[in-house]
Amino acid sequence: MQTDTKARIDQVTSPAGHPVTVLRFEGDIASTSKDAVLGTYQGLPKETAKLVLLDFTKVDYINSSGIALVIQMLIEAANSGQKVFAFGLSPHFTKVFTMVGITKYAGLFPSQPEALAAL
Amino acid sequence: MTNVKSTSVEVRLPSRLGYEKVAMSTAAAVAKLMGFKPERVEDLKTAVAEACINAIEHGNLLNEGLSVGVVLSSVDDALEVKVIDDGKGLRKLPVKPDIDRKIHGEEDPRGMGMFLIQALVDEAEWVKGTNGKSSYVRLVIRLDKETD
Repeated sequence: MQTDTKARIDQVTSPAGHPVTVLRFEGDIASTSKDAVLGTYQGLPKETAKLVLLDFTKVDYINSSGIALVIQMLIEAANSGQKVFAFGLSPHFTKVFTMVGITKYAGLFPSQPEALAAL
Repeated sequence: MTNVKSTSVEVRLPSRLGYEKVAMSTAAAVAKLMGFKPERVEDLKTAVAEACINAIEHGNLLNEGLSVGVVLSSVDDALEVKVIDDGKGLRKLPVKPDIDRKIHGEEDPRGMGMFLIQALVDEAEWVKGTNGKSSYVRLVIRLDKETD
């Protein structure tokens, strides 16, 4: 019943010239998404991927298990000196991420250009 | 179709993760028929999904031989949702999650479901079933609730 989570990695440069690693997710983010979410993140080189941007534009459903995966990613990022940002969440999931406090550790932006402009 | 009063809809789900989306879609359809604003429909969808996930995982312990019952009852300006499982019910409500403690490894990263349910609907109560089974969570979301 759950749509498989797909993840893709893009390398972009912010207007300020910083390299940014974009993780683009597609499908549901739920308990079955561990490999797609954490596995993809853990495959990034920690020494060079210092700015990580999560793209939720093509994600329709996130449940509390999926939120826990994002929090696990934030824990690892904090321990690795990486900064994590996100864009493309629906207004509802922006509210949910704010409610659970994720915005304290990952800045949320409406779109990729707005996120990159802030990095 | 916009004047739905004292209507009851029931769904029975297998205790398999992912099937909470069936209840979520049904709840959304009923709420739309009742005239809920889109943002409240989204709140309801998340609350119902989390209640079903709890029932599947913690109530029925992922036993696919057991089902989760979802009863949606609309009365005038409110939609009540009961999610029923075969578990013994909650011993106590979990503490409010603390993102700082989670990030610092002092608290399990999971455990957001019940907090979200309580935050997104107008009423939420967990009721222990008699004879140690048929426990349920009862959610109420009101039509005229002012949103932020």
